[in-house]
Amino acid sequence: MTTLIEAEALRKCFGQIVAVDDISLTVAKGEVLGFLGPNGAGKSTTMKMITGFLEPDAGTARIAGIDIGTDPIGAKRHLGYLPEGAPAYADMTPRSFLAFIAEIRGYNGGEVKARADAAAEKAGLLGVWDQRIETLSKGYKRRVGIAQAILHDPAVLIMDEPTDGLDPNQQHQVRELIKAMSKDKAIIISTHILQEVDAVCTRAVVIDKGRIVADGTAQDLESRLEYHNAVALRVASGAGDKAKAVIERVAGVQRVEFTKKAGGAVSLRVYPKPDHSIAAPVAAALRADGIDVEELFVEKGRLDDVFRKITSHEGARRNA
Amino acid sequence: MRNILIIAKRELGAYFGTPLAYVFAVIFVGLTGAFTFYFGNFFENGQANLAAFFLYHPWLYLILVPAIAMRLWAEERKSGTIELLMTLPVTTTEAIVGKFLAAWGFIGVALMLTFPMWITVNVLGDPDNGVILASYIGSFLMAGAFLAIGSAISALSKNQVIAFIVAAALCFLFVMSGVEIVQNTAKLFLPDFLVQAISSMSFLTHFDKVARGVIDLPSMFFYISMIAFFLFANVVIIEQKKAA
Repeated sequence: MTTLIEAEALRKCFGQIVAVDDISLTVAKGEVLGFLGPNGAGKSTTMKMITGFLEPDAGTARIAGIDIGTDPIGAKRHLGYLPEGAPAYADMTPRSFLAFIAEIRGYNGGEVKARADAAAEKAGLLGVWDQRIETLSKGYKRRVGIAQAILHDPAVLIMDEPTDGLDPNQQHQVRELIKAMSKDKAIIISTHILQEVDAVCTRAVVIDKGRIVADGTAQDLESRLEYHNAVALRVASGAGDKAKAVIERVAGVQRVEFTKKAGGAVSLRVYPKPDHSIAAPVAAALRADGIDVEELFVEKGRLDDVFRKITSHEGARRNA
Repeated sequence: MRNILIIAKRELGAYFGTPLAYVFAVIFVGLTGAFTFYFGNFFENGQANLAAFFLYHPWLYLILVPAIAMRLWAEERKSGTIELLMTLPVTTTEAIVGKFLAAWGFIGVALMLTFPMWITVNVLGDPDNGVILASYIGSFLMAGAFLAIGSAISALSKNQVIAFIVAAALCFLFVMSGVEIVQNTAKLFLPDFLVQAISSMSFLTHFDKVARGVIDLPSMFFYISMIAFFLFANVVIIEQKKAA
């Protein structure tokens, strides 16, 4: 695995506010890193420092092994960047804008047109090829930004909220595009849409208040929840107490609690001891005692809940 | 060099892709004509030269050049395209010089569109065309100096109105520093050498020589160094904002 993006102890203050505090991360070829965090957590600031638009107060970043601080031009050649809000020159058409990008990326003659056409086709822009960018819808503007970023087939792609403002079909297209390109690139996308992490990212980094609070695959993050791998089940309300007593005797069960009573049924949640799989033994024990189970499933934990758990300060205070 | 030209080409396209270019050119040509004939008493002078025409250029530039310059960087910052431009493989200097050259070239085009004045004076009399050419070059260089000041100021703010007002005020100071009232006021509380220094920075004093048709090398050098200095300041401001 070749490491293509390296950030080393990046730090940035705006006045008294510490926007990014000691963030280090690496992304290897083939990885798609989902950069998550609440608004104002420092996602965009971190990306701006990695791409060389902002100078860090401390730390450095390397793109394809080239230091962005000491050789910015060399590093930027390997970089495709979609800034927040997908800015583009409003008075140009996608055709002239992409031709400009191709020229500045060093292409000549017929290559300029070929590159611009290919990028526009990938991003689905050909329908609005000759409309001024300021007249385009938000979704098309975003696609112009994406086309601009992938035009030179860069080794490193950094995109700040690439699917923001797109309708579900367009979101799907962009995700497919990212997935298709991910094999030979290192990609960072920032997002606050958690399904996106499940859909395209091989890894997720959650930052909060300028610090990394979690780094792992979507499954790693989900396993942080207490109810990860817990068993939820529903029995007739008369059988609730008996079921609880039965389950508590099953090996590997940490504890059992009632979650809700409704419509003559009662729901229970069974928490396992660490590294125990309890669905089968619990089901077997209930059957042995003749208790009818109306429903039984293993809870996986939702990424939203993980996100809330590690970034919601109010929740933390309430629990403390 | 290649990048400078690509950026300049894009910028020029932006001028002519919007009404900006046409509005500016029409107003510039219209105003120079109006000033020459109404205030400059072009006909009453009875002289076959364009002195009355060039006389008002500093005052026109004072308003019109900051209007061109204000958008150079303030707009990039406001629309966020500066983030795009600065993460492309171009240096800050290339971006600044490219944008400057486009705006300067555009002002040059507007200046050339005043050619009917030159035809008029050649039809009416027998002017010294060498003098006229020298004056045009001087006027163009002065416009460049105004523009460099405006470009640097534009990099300070994302608000174009602020950029316009501050740049116009600063240009006004540079124009006025040669006028007697300013000189006399300065003499009251400043040592002689400073008064001299201020006066030597005056756009007006330098342009007077140019408008008389003297190819005055120190004056040409003055405008070129003003351009170089303020473009350098422009680079410093952009780099500074990157670190802030």
